[in-house]
Amino acid sequence: MKDSLVLQSRVPAHPDSRCWFLAWNPTGTLLASCGGDRKIRIWGSEGDSWICKSVLSEGHQRTVRKVAWSPCGNYLASASFDATTCIWKKNQDDFECVTTLEGHENEVKSVAWAPSGNLLATCSRDKSVWVWEVDEEDEYECVSVLNSHTQDVKHVVWHPRQELLASASYDDTVKLYQEEGDDWVCCATLEGHESTVWSLAFDPSGQRLASCSDDRTVRIWRQYLPGNEQGVACSGSDPSWKCICTLSGFHTRTIYDVAWCQLTGALATACGDDAIRVFEEDPCSDPQQPTFSLTAHVRQAHSQDVNCVAWNPKEQGLLASCSDDGEVAFWEYHQPVGL
Amino acid sequence: MMGGGGGAGGGGRGGLLENANPLIYERSGERPVTAGEEDEQVPDSIDAREIFDIRCCWALAGRWGFGHPLTLEELNVVEQVRIQVSDPESTVAVAFTPTIPHCSMATLIGLSIKVKLLRSLPQRFKMDVHITPGTHASEHAVNKQLADKERVAAALENTHLLEVVNQCLSARS
Repeated sequence: MKDSLVLQSRVPAHPDSRCWFLAWNPTGTLLASCGGDRKIRIWGSEGDSWICKSVLSEGHQRTVRKVAWSPCGNYLASASFDATTCIWKKNQDDFECVTTLEGHENEVKSVAWAPSGNLLATCSRDKSVWVWEVDEEDEYECVSVLNSHTQDVKHVVWHPRQELLASASYDDTVKLYQEEGDDWVCCATLEGHESTVWSLAFDPSGQRLASCSDDRTVRIWRQYLPGNEQGVACSGSDPSWKCICTLSGFHTRTIYDVAWCQLTGALATACGDDAIRVFEEDPCSDPQQPTFSLTAHVRQAHSQDVNCVAWNPKEQGLLASCSDDGEVAFWEYHQPVGL
Repeated sequence: MMGGGGGAGGGGRGGLLENANPLIYERSGERPVTAGEEDEQVPDSIDAREIFDIRCCWALAGRWGFGHPLTLEELNVVEQVRIQVSDPESTVAVAFTPTIPHCSMATLIGLSIKVKLLRSLPQRFKMDVHITPGTHASEHAVNKQLADKERVAAALENTHLLEVVNQCLSARS
């Protein structure tokens, strides 16, 4: 396990502040970071080092909690504690705020683009999840307000290919939504975590969802379609989701983020114990009851809580992380021999 | 206050002030300086007594309770015995005891203690602030809010709330 995750470089991305979140653009050439200093920074590599290409500082009045790139890579969305979501349009190295989405009552905690690029989801401490439709003129219209959660909603993520949306909440549950007729509806509630669910990640197939929590566990949920061979009960035509694996005993504090590499299937976690861990599925384990092994563990990955881990979508093994210490770190992950 | 969850709300002048006849505990005396602390060659480690000494909670006295004349220590809201600290492990846990089980100020007291710790201790410390088990009706809800760093961060960006916390933490007038 030693040396399976090696530090490449470290940058003081949000000095004297906290770096909350990272997002790679679809081609993996740019990394956006955001933080408590109300700024968004765009990073690109030059030789062996990572250089700040742009600073987006005019959009938000308060902490920028999350950022997300559109699937085409030409737009960046940013969610802020100031209750708004900004849409930035990229022109070369410049970014212009073209729209500000308003409507949430208070802090917007997360934003995510559907794979088609035609839909955007946001969520907030106001307990709601909003689905926005984007037209060709860059106009955004809220098409649904989902009030399924009973507490603030921490994270939203879309299925890698389908228009299936997942949200994680302070109410300890995960909910899934899909369009039904003219409206969006909650089609599944995933119960099992014993405290706040902080983040979610789909696996490359979209059949499985990983969730991480304040209860210090990661849970892997699997989708079962109606009439599945395993005999997992479904209600009507909706698929059913079942927890097939719980990673417990590895993390010593809240797990703030989980990232499932879309190229290799490696699962990375960001934890409040300052560590980054990587898990891999045991190749011989039963797909209905998979087991995972810890393949990398960097104890002092940062000097404070690690808030986010993000696998590069194109370059295998390149992992970025960020922390309350304001820094962004770049790591190279090598799968241990013999796995 | 910190929003959504139960236990945070309550009417303005509630909490400890509702308790007209609180039990009063004697304030512990000044701490004797140890030989190790006088020796400047020896690096001081941070211990429970020191956490208490930085007046993380004692300093909440004065204006914190909208003019309550007693300090938190006198009210036994925070006792030294309920502060656990490990310098080598960089952890500190503070348990505070609201004087009545329905104290509507519990979240604000906890938040103030947390802010004091954040401002006083090195950033490497992991800080847990919670209610002494069994002493508050909304113990779980308050503890969960205080442990949620995102809610705490958002709360501290609220100018009004930050002002109240700062008042709680300002020296006794």
